[in-house]
Amino acid sequence: MTDLAANKPSARISWRNIDLAAVAPFVALALLLVLGAFANPNFISIDNLLNVLTRSAFIAIIAVGATFVISSGGLDLSVGSMVAFVASLTIMFLNSGAFAGPGAMLAAAVVVAILIGAACGLANGLITTLGRIEPFIATLGTMGIYRGLTTWLSQGGAITLRSPDIQSLYRPAYFGSVLGVPVPIIVIVATAALGAFVLYRTRYGRHVLAVGSNEDVARYSGIPVSRVRTLAYVIQGLCVAVTCLLYIPRLGSTSATTGLMWELQAITAVVIGGTALRGGVGRIWGTVCGAFILEIVGNIMLLSNFVSEYLIGAIQGAIIIVAMLVQRSLARR
Amino acid sequence: MRKRLLGLAAVAMAALMSVSHAEDKKVTIGVSIPAADHGWTAGIVFHAERVAKLLMAEHPGLNVIVKTSPDAATQANAVQDLAVQGIDALVILPSDPDPLVNAIKEVKDKGAFVTLVDRAPSSNDNSVRDLYVAGNNPALGAVAGQYIKEKSPDAQVVVIRGLPIPIDQQRQDGFDQAIAGSNVKVLEKQFGNWNRDDAFKVMQDYLTKYPKIDVVWCQDDDMAVGVLQAIEQAKRTDIQYVVAGAGSKDMIKKVMDGDKLIPVDVLYPPAMIGTALQLTAANFYDQVPVRGSFILDATLVTKDNAKDFYFPESPF
Repeated sequence: MTDLAANKPSARISWRNIDLAAVAPFVALALLLVLGAFANPNFISIDNLLNVLTRSAFIAIIAVGATFVISSGGLDLSVGSMVAFVASLTIMFLNSGAFAGPGAMLAAAVVVAILIGAACGLANGLITTLGRIEPFIATLGTMGIYRGLTTWLSQGGAITLRSPDIQSLYRPAYFGSVLGVPVPIIVIVATAALGAFVLYRTRYGRHVLAVGSNEDVARYSGIPVSRVRTLAYVIQGLCVAVTCLLYIPRLGSTSATTGLMWELQAITAVVIGGTALRGGVGRIWGTVCGAFILEIVGNIMLLSNFVSEYLIGAIQGAIIIVAMLVQRSLARR
Repeated sequence: MRKRLLGLAAVAMAALMSVSHAEDKKVTIGVSIPAADHGWTAGIVFHAERVAKLLMAEHPGLNVIVKTSPDAATQANAVQDLAVQGIDALVILPSDPDPLVNAIKEVKDKGAFVTLVDRAPSSNDNSVRDLYVAGNNPALGAVAGQYIKEKSPDAQVVVIRGLPIPIDQQRQDGFDQAIAGSNVKVLEKQFGNWNRDDAFKVMQDYLTKYPKIDVVWCQDDDMAVGVLQAIEQAKRTDIQYVVAGAGSKDMIKKVMDGDKLIPVDVLYPPAMIGTALQLTAANFYDQVPVRGSFILDATLVTKDNAKDFYFPESPF
């Protein structure tokens, strides 16, 4: 062994430099792509892949925020309800006609959505830090609040964007594309790049990981633990707002069932991506990959002919576990 | 003088009427329904309150109390609360019928008239309820299947189902029986969970998988919203039309306006709670026999009759 290593020192070193745990989700994704190509030749077509990546935008962007919350040692169960709440309020604002032109209206709506999203995130953050309530319970509470408020606003029905002018102007935000790449995919990459920069290259990002890996040590080192945690929830709120801005143009309406169970999908994406649920480790690009995996699994199930419609849930669960096992076995080396 | 006489007459009339009002039979009807957690139940709440108002205006002695509950356990408590207030009749749409049977029986054993709406427990007989009012799930599927079979006899159809629960199966069975032996071919069935976003995804994947689709049967108006969006995005022109169901205001409006993709809608109306309330009130005020089962047709809504089923004020 030592001889071999001595003979090829350069190869050995570069192999060591690759963090296998970080690569693992991408290996799982590659395996799924191969599986999909066998299931149905249409799977590998550009149109289908672009569809699937576009669809995964909602979960992927939310999950980038969730990576911050989870790696800081928190948890946010309210994101699905928050999507419904923020999107509903934004649509109601668009319907209010507060500004004259559709363009001005839309620009104002972007600001409104981001402010509401940040406020919802701030509420979650303050309840967990100032209120000293376990994040699981605190966000379970706000999950009920945001969902309930949405149901109340919509009277259980749907809240629909009324103005056709705004609708036609807004539609390209989900359905449009730049140089053949759908807008939502560009937004995923931009959000993830920004998230990765903040988490890996800024002081705040290092504080997030420090707080997540050991709260006490972080506190003794002079890190403002509560502020770091609260900000992580605000980042999560901002990500939810970005998701809403992509979600509204797709169907032009929200209902009481919008974003149902999305919090679990986001958490699953984060974990598949290699972020530890106990905090201290955050992998933004892995998270995005995890969101792709979730969406692709569903897509393969539907395109393949050999799975009964009653069994889809079971197979999806199994594939996620296998993907995790592949990841773990690579990480252990 | 004449004016004064007229005035007196009017006062006398009003007095007489108020006397007759005071003598109007005092009846209290308790209404227990699920909370508005999605489009259809939102419609139930809307129509329960709408018809309650109409009935109370018609019969001044009538008091209708409407209570909504988010789940079966809370609904059992709500039924007890209603019983304590002293009700002559209970109109109930159980969120889950079997766990609520005992609560309902207790009310009935105290002598109240019980009307059960839409969801029946496994033993749906007169020991549980006096009147049963419901939509017709197998017919919802059958009417859709019949329409597709007649309109496009050689259609290739994709189906988006709801959730794997009994009423979904009844609708599917009705559909399958209606198209049995015809040239209509079902390419595939998948669940869309009665959810717009899920239906959008399923439809996108259908469009990827099948180069030619003639008709989509998606069972439910909420899911049709997602289906239409997916078709529009793919710019596919092979799809002739989409058949949905329930009778939401958006889809009924499309039928009214002659939308090519939504030529018809199959009715499974939340307004049935109003039917149940009217029949229950008739039992007390009109001395007409109403005990038994009243199953509404799954009416095919077309451009001609759409306005009868259009409620622009309803949330659904």
